[in-house]
Amino acid sequence: MEPFKSHTGIGVPLRRSNVDTDQIIPAVYLKRVSRTGFEDGLFAAWRADESFILNQEPFKAGSVLVAGPDFGTGSSREHAVWALMNYGFRVVISSRFADIFRGNSGKQGLVAAQCEQSDVEQLWKILENDPGTEVTVDLEEKTVRAKDFQTTFAIDDYTRWRLLEGLDDIALTLRHAEDIDRFERERPSWKPVTTPVAAE
Amino acid sequence: MTTTRPRTLAEKVWEAHTVRRGEGAEPDLLYIDLHLVHEVTSPQAFDGLRLAGRPVRRPDLTIATEDHNVPTVDIELPIADPVSRTQVDTLRKNCKEFGVRLHPMGDAEQGIVHVIGPQLGLTQPGMTVVCGDSHTSTHGAFGAMAFGIGTSEVEHVLATQTLPLRPFKTMAINVDGQLRPGVTAKDIILAVIAKIGTGGGQGYVLEYRGSAIESLSMEARMTICNMSIEAGARAGMIAPDETTFAYLKGRPHAPQGADWDAAVEHWKSLRTDEGAEFDAEVHLDADALTPFVTWGTNPGQGLPLAESVPDPEKIADENERFAAEKALSYMDLTPGTPLREVKIDTVFLGSCTNGRIEDLRAAASVLQGHKVADGVRMLVVPGSMRVRQAAEAEGLDKVFLGAGAEWRQAGCSMCLGMNPDQLAPGERSASTSNRNFEGRQGKGGRTHLVSPLVAAATAVRGTLSSPEDLN
Repeated sequence: MEPFKSHTGIGVPLRRSNVDTDQIIPAVYLKRVSRTGFEDGLFAAWRADESFILNQEPFKAGSVLVAGPDFGTGSSREHAVWALMNYGFRVVISSRFADIFRGNSGKQGLVAAQCEQSDVEQLWKILENDPGTEVTVDLEEKTVRAKDFQTTFAIDDYTRWRLLEGLDDIALTLRHAEDIDRFERERPSWKPVTTPVAAE
Repeated sequence: MTTTRPRTLAEKVWEAHTVRRGEGAEPDLLYIDLHLVHEVTSPQAFDGLRLAGRPVRRPDLTIATEDHNVPTVDIELPIADPVSRTQVDTLRKNCKEFGVRLHPMGDAEQGIVHVIGPQLGLTQPGMTVVCGDSHTSTHGAFGAMAFGIGTSEVEHVLATQTLPLRPFKTMAINVDGQLRPGVTAKDIILAVIAKIGTGGGQGYVLEYRGSAIESLSMEARMTICNMSIEAGARAGMIAPDETTFAYLKGRPHAPQGADWDAAVEHWKSLRTDEGAEFDAEVHLDADALTPFVTWGTNPGQGLPLAESVPDPEKIADENERFAAEKALSYMDLTPGTPLREVKIDTVFLGSCTNGRIEDLRAAASVLQGHKVADGVRMLVVPGSMRVRQAAEAEGLDKVFLGAGAEWRQAGCSMCLGMNPDQLAPGERSASTSNRNFEGRQGKGGRTHLVSPLVAAATAVRGTLSSPEDLN
């Protein structure tokens, strides 16, 4: 994962709440076995509508998505994060994220920046009044800036540290391999294993 | 563990699986007892292992099946869609290469991942269970801590059998009283979601408690825990009791002999202690519940079937009003229309929410002696091949076929429309599944979430109905 310090890019106002993962990428686009190429499925149903925001200049080239509350609800599909990133998004701003989506974002280097809904409304106004306005998201400072508006966002410290350093979770966990070994030695013997049993 | 502080069920299971407590902002490292794998969210994870030269740490705690995109007809033929076929073939190759047990299409143990875990007795009280699927919360019905994960986490569990996580907050969902005839677990959970909203459970593990929950069967408990994620909670749990033990006893992977006694002894301790505090509590009166259906495009947009399509004008919150307007426009519904008058084209009975034997029995009991209405198609998709087999042994397939419904092979099917089982644009369904999102069951499709009883009655009348409407 590449380290993320700060990012500046065109902000896209998405005035919708409950943007679920079936909207971000419908199931029929989940059949690939790679991590790339999912941008074609991003908001597929909405993009079929000419008036959808990502079909308009200059939002097409956006990289900071500013959405309503409860972004990323529904399925655990990490494809939703891949689709956003494959398209070019680096940051999503919302007042509330679904837990799994937020976790998936942190693993892939997409910043899920949680702002107050009033700040989201402010950003929407700025981005709608002057399309193409750039938004700067600074992960070190935990700030969002657009024109003369500035606010802070919330992100948990551990995810922030990992993103700033660009660290791989698995490598971090394997530093504690001895703890895992010890835990496994102490597990109760009656815990089930998946290897086929004789009775089957 | 030396603590004497009263603890919740969730805290007990969490603490028993903490390999290492995180320091400062660092998360805990949680051991995973069971990892369920399917074709859609695993290929990139196995690729990651290959790239890093890592093995699967515990193939003996891992099991795979094919469910999300497999067809439910002509399963003896190669999958027609080449992209789906590649995904299924990739799972087969990965399982072979990494030594993971797989139940492929056509196998006697194949089925929806959340149906086969409990069925095999692999899901047991007090375990930690994960899967690259948000409905992993289903397994919480056994008093397990079970939750969905993304593909990066799938890779993490494959490589380390652990996950770095911060503990969830706890929320008690107290459901007391007695359900009236015709009211089911599905109605309880739809009412809970309508009450707390799709984000209400965010950051929490829900514990369903109270007399109404205690009197439910395991199948019904699974239906409730299954949809915890629709309230925003990654996990939902129910304390194990005699119903749980009776369900597990004798299943292929359940402990046996002295191990069984030791296990039950431990399982009995898996209850929230007297005096333990939850971070939040919600109450629901089971006596007052009636059949529930959704009218909108998120699972929180639900109402009792006896009511009418709501009027967005009357919703105070601006965001919610806007969402309701958008939902009604997508659903092509007019405010004030009685829900019972909403015409349905397709009825889907199945999914990890309501695709178990008890669900099929319930629907069959309503369909018996009736016909599916003209112009309505009904798909019955068992949650697993074992469920299909059990239903056929009881003659339920004859009831469905006799009524004019389609009797299919096991899989996720029209719940998410990844295989050919989809709604056409504009088509409207009554579905026993878990999500009514725009286009979820097929591009342009419109979904009403219902219980198996409501699904069957709706199939007969052609409009949203409950069994009492058939009298």
